[in-house]
Order: sequence, then C-alpha cells, then structure tokens
Amino acid sequence: MIKKIVIVGAGQAGLAAAAKLRQEGFQGSVTMLGDENAMPYQRPPLSKAYLLGKIEAERLSFRNNDFFHQQNIGISQNESALEIDRAAKDVVTAHGRHGYDQLILATGAGAIKLPASMAGGIGNIFYLRNKADADRLRPILREGARLLVVGGGYIGLEVAAAARQAGAEVTLVEMAPRILNRVAAEPTASYFRRLHSSQGVDIREGIGLAGLKPDGAAIMATLADGSKLTIDAVVVGIGVRPNAAIAEAAGLATDGGIVVDEFGRTSDASIWAAGDCASFSYQGERTRIESVPHAIDQAEHVARNILGAELPYRPRPWFWSDQYSIKLQIAGFNRGYDRATVSQGAAEGSMTVSYFQEERLIAVDCLNDARSFMLAKRQLGL
Amino acid sequence: MPNITFILPDGKEQGCTARDGLSLMEVALQNAVPGIIAECNGSAACATCHIVVDDALAPMLDPISEHESDMLDFTAAPRAPGSRLSCQIKVDGRVDGATIRIPAEV
Repeated sequence: MIKKIVIVGAGQAGLAAAAKLRQEGFQGSVTMLGDENAMPYQRPPLSKAYLLGKIEAERLSFRNNDFFHQQNIGISQNESALEIDRAAKDVVTAHGRHGYDQLILATGAGAIKLPASMAGGIGNIFYLRNKADADRLRPILREGARLLVVGGGYIGLEVAAAARQAGAEVTLVEMAPRILNRVAAEPTASYFRRLHSSQGVDIREGIGLAGLKPDGAAIMATLADGSKLTIDAVVVGIGVRPNAAIAEAAGLATDGGIVVDEFGRTSDASIWAAGDCASFSYQGERTRIESVPHAIDQAEHVARNILGAELPYRPRPWFWSDQYSIKLQIAGFNRGYDRATVSQGAAEGSMTVSYFQEERLIAVDCLNDARSFMLAKRQLGL
Repeated sequence: MPNITFILPDGKEQGCTARDGLSLMEVALQNAVPGIIAECNGSAACATCHIVVDDALAPMLDPISEHESDMLDFTAAPRAPGSRLSCQIKVDGRVDGATIRIPAEV
C-alpha cells in the first residue's frame, strides 16, 4: 500500500506528476520539494516574454495557491534534497527527513558553466535556467548595453533576440562551425543567421571565447581568433547537464542522466524519474529530451505507473522557439537524419525543413508555418 | 473581475473568477479546468487549449490570426465555428459572463 509519495523537484515534470497522482485518485500524501524560492512556474517564457518584461512574475505560475490546498499537495520551497537514504526510504534535506514509499526524481537540468579559469573574478556573467537568473538578467538588457552571448543554440538565440528588442548591442559567438550545429540542419541555421543579422546581431561562428578580463566597470572579452570586445555582460548558453548527482550518490544507475526503464522506473523499484533529468531508451539509443511536452508526458506516465498502470512511455517529441516575430515549431526528433529538404510555406518568410532517414520523414522545423507543423505532427503520429 | 463559466467535455459546468489581463488559457489552468492542457504555455504552438465560444461572443473578440487559424484546423477535437485557442484571448469586460465550451476529443 503506497501512503507517501515524495517528488524531488517542483518544475514542470514534478507538478505534472503531482497533479496526475491526484487526478488518478491517489489519496496518500504527496510532497514536492523545490529548491527555489517560488511556487511551480513555467520556464519557457524566461528567455522570451518574461525576459522582455511583457509578462509579470505572477503569470509564470502554473496554478494558483488554492490548487495546492484543494488537491492536498504539499509543497516546500527553498528545500534542496541533499541525499536519498534508500535503506531508510528517506529524502534528506537541511530541514530534516521526508519518508517515502515511492519517490519521483524530477530534478531537471542545470546550465553548464564557464570554467572557473575563465569566469573567476568576473561579475556580470549570466546563465538562464530559472526565474532568479532571468530576474538578474532583465535589468541588464537595456538600450545601449553591450552584451556577449556565448553559444548559438536556442537559448543563446532567444536571449539575443530579447536583448536586441530591448535595445542592447549583441555579439553572439558559437565555437562550432555554425549556430544550431547540434540541433538543426544548415537551412534552419541559415534562416536564423539571416534573421538575427537583419536585426543587428553580430553573429560569429566557428569562434569560441578565449578569455575574459575586468576592464574598469566593463569586461574585455578575447575571442579564439584574437579579436577583442568590450562588453558590459556575458550570457552563457552552452548547454545543460542533467541534475543526477543525488541519484548517482545514492547508487542509482546513471549515464549522465538518471537511467529509467520504459515505465520511468530507475534501478531502484521505489524510485522513478521524469523530465530533463531522465535518460531512457528511444530509437535504440539512450536519450534525454529537454522539452515541456516531454516533461509533462513522462511525468504523467510515471504517476500512473506508480499506481500500477504499467504503461510504457513513448515520447512524442516536439519543441518550439519564439524569436522576434518568428515562431519555430519542431515536430519529431531529427537524430540520425541523412537528408534535409527545404520548402517555402504559403506566407512570406515561412519555411519548413524536413528531415529524412532512409526516405522516411522523421522530423520537421517549421518557421512561421503552423500548417506544415500540424500536418507533420499528425503524419509522425505525435 | 469577470466571471466565466467553462462547460467541460463531460457537460459539467465550472465557474471561475478571472483577473483582467490574463488569457482565458491561464484562467483555465490556474483553476485546473480539465481539458485545457496548454503544453506550450500560451505560445500558440500546440493547439491543446482549444475552446469554443458562443455566437454572441465570437464577433466581439479580437480576430483570429492566420497562425491561430492554421493551428485550429488541426485541433484534436474538430474545429467548430466558435473555435479559438484560449491562450490568444485576453480577459477583459468582453468575456464577463461568457460561457466557454471545452470540446471533447473524438
């Protein structure tokens, strides 16, 4: 009989699991442990509307506080899980121990930091992962501020777009040969390169950051090609690492992420994981997916499986990004594509890149092309 | 603050008080109204916050953008004449007293 379920992490996956447990009629205690000073909130707007000040903090919340009372979901803020005591079935925090019958790890992922040798002694280095990060960065993005964005992935590009819209001068450096190198084909990268260039972002590809030095109140950045830039702030978007340390220390199987089976169960039958932190088998490879729909879906599967559903999880990968007036919608997972084709959409400036593997469509990047996105989503069975 | 009644997919009604400036999707989520999933948090990217407004309210709302219209053509429940994405509708006096139907997926 399951009486106590503890959820480590109060993000999208943690909340989805808690809500689903109640929706499925679970009557025991549900306790969420969050390490931030906030009720569960949406992260995607942090690099978009929230960063631009278009929506206030209150609107980031998923649910009003009544929801947690009504659903009898315990939620603890500022309470980091320090250790999982698997023998005692306790999660240990600075405030004490939370006993569990079943434990869900929804610990998310954290931004990869610049090495200390580069960042040491430099103020105004920003990462963008949580609300506190966005709150620090927001006042920096103002007319005339000089900003260096390190990393040409989606977070870097979204921050560059927000910064330009706020009137900042933006240089973006990407160490790889081109932006979006790991996640998209060249036509999608070209589209965003043109878009950002037309908006005045100075994009430099194939050039890493070599060093940072204080320069009065500013920062002197040296790039790998020897060029120097005087800037006021650096935003680093060079990827994330799943928060798996607590699982690893507890002896659970990890491979970078927290290893789970098709039901979301870790190597300990009482412990489950979902969302950014979870590594699962997909298309024959260990996979982590960083996206809201995946976090919700996998967490809901875990909730139902804890209650005995034995429901295997099959991801329905899709993603989106907003930059300036361009909406990117991605359906599918383009890993292992051998061909990418480009088609123009009906509206001006709309474009779709289709990814194929052995003549089979596996993914699309749709730029201001909702119709192609929805069609492909249907075709891919997502 | 405007009052809104959601008619749920199973026919039951759920009344909510809505704060001006939020979207109808946010009102539904904050009140845990079933059937509004909103996977994309209001970016009009997912079409999982589909609602149907009545004939009286439909013409009073801001018009449907081409993007929203394209998304509505592919919602899980078929598009109806009053179909909208609730993330694209702002709460103000126009929706006070409105009855908003959440269509059932077929």
